[in-house]
Amino acid sequence: MNSLCAVTLATLKKDIRLEWRSKDALNSMLFFSLLVVVIFAFAFDPLAEESRQIAGGLIWVAFLFAAAVALNQTWARELRNQVLDAYRVSPAPANALFLAKALGNFIFVSVLEALMAPLFVVFYNLHVLGPVWQLIPIAILGTWALVVNGTFFAAMSLRTRSREIMLPLLLFPISIPAVLGMVAGTTAVLTGDNPAQFYIVLLLTYDVVFTTACLGLFETVLHAE
Amino acid sequence: MKRLFPILSIVTAILLAYALYQALVIAPTDLQQGDVYRIIYYHVPSAWTAFLLFFINFIASVQYLASAKPSSRTAAKWIVLAIGIGGAIACFLPQVQHRLPPGMRPSAVATTVLAIPAFYFLIGKFFPGEQLDVLAVTSAEVGVVFCTIVLVTGPIWARPVWGIWWAPGDIRLTSTLVLWLIYVSYLVLRRFSTSAQTQTLAAALAVFGALDVPLVYLSIWFFRTQHPQPVIGGGGSMDPRMLHVLLINWLAFLCFGFLVCWSRYRLELLHREVEEAHAMKSLEGGTPTKTSLPLNRSPQ
Repeated sequence: MNSLCAVTLATLKKDIRLEWRSKDALNSMLFFSLLVVVIFAFAFDPLAEESRQIAGGLIWVAFLFAAAVALNQTWARELRNQVLDAYRVSPAPANALFLAKALGNFIFVSVLEALMAPLFVVFYNLHVLGPVWQLIPIAILGTWALVVNGTFFAAMSLRTRSREIMLPLLLFPISIPAVLGMVAGTTAVLTGDNPAQFYIVLLLTYDVVFTTACLGLFETVLHAE
Repeated sequence: MKRLFPILSIVTAILLAYALYQALVIAPTDLQQGDVYRIIYYHVPSAWTAFLLFFINFIASVQYLASAKPSSRTAAKWIVLAIGIGGAIACFLPQVQHRLPPGMRPSAVATTVLAIPAFYFLIGKFFPGEQLDVLAVTSAEVGVVFCTIVLVTGPIWARPVWGIWWAPGDIRLTSTLVLWLIYVSYLVLRRFSTSAQTQTLAAALAVFGALDVPLVYLSIWFFRTQHPQPVIGGGGSMDPRMLHVLLINWLAFLCFGFLVCWSRYRLELLHREVEEAHAMKSLEGGTPTKTSLPLNRSPQ
């Protein structure tokens, strides 16, 4: 247990330091989701009432696409100089590597969401009618749902041709219930029409089920060379 | 075994022809929907066959993942047994009984639950080792074809009856579509994989897909109770003559599905043997003798 925590922390620190120095993932995600927001704003040009109805969908679609950009780079870094091979033969637990990568992605995508959410409010003239605090659990659980499966499938798509396109092909079908929960939950809070509790519970169930599945199967996938 | 294949083909052809005759001529016309309802004789049997094949794919994938280590194999065996027995007993507890949807008998649910360990052990017995993976890819491919038939025939029926091609947010439509998407991505992964362990990756994806389907069902179930949508089939009971034709059609489709799976299974086995022979050839650096290419081998 101790070694799991230690290895997780060390890998996480390394990833954050690398990201802090290069800012590759964060910059590309930020610019990408900014483009999506701007294009959506031109494409729909909504009134305040309409934007409340559609903003939940738009914001999560933008984050989903942006997260796919970052997730694709998660493991590519480890391929250089055969770092991943070195990891495979080391006695460190495989799940520590997975947890570190998933947590790292979670932090990057959360930073992106924190930066982009105000922009969304400005572009779409949003005025929230429901309880605002409920957006926080929806965002946290939804982001984790995206990154935990995304990290797993990114590791899986390492072993395929044209892996950049493989990740969305694998990730999006599996993510449909989570996306549904995030979008419907966010819309429920924005419009204040119906309670969002059910969607929070749904996201929580999704997170628990798929985190368990990822931790159970990651070692198999990592060693499937 | 080799003689059984043509016999089964002839039986299937006769069955399909008979089922077509029954569906188009003998079955009575629906009072409200008219003749358009007859598409049910293709839609529903295809759906049942597709779900059965996806279920077989899931069981074979779990078996394949579990068979990697002896410890996990034993653990999986006990877990499956526990699910089967525990689930079957739970169906008859009064707390669970009144939670079941109306019209669903506990004995029917218990039988379905017991089918899980039954399938698990049967598949494990008859398909050892790599053959599990061959079974998984076969059932996924044929399942996707049947699922496509379901998704195409559904809107053709829905347009005249509901007035719309597709009811977004309807529980059965969306979960079938998501199932189809997941299995298409499964086949894409198999096609694009460069790993020597494609089987393991694909099996892991199949497990993820199977975990996903109940969650889709759960999410849309709540969604729909909030925004009512047209209900499938109109509920109620079916004319026994119609049910009879439906079951004949299902039998014909099952035979047809089994036949297609069987030939695909043999093809995949041969394909792998040829690949192995080529790999051996390039390893040895010489040309393989004619007998080592198993093109005229008979299946056991």
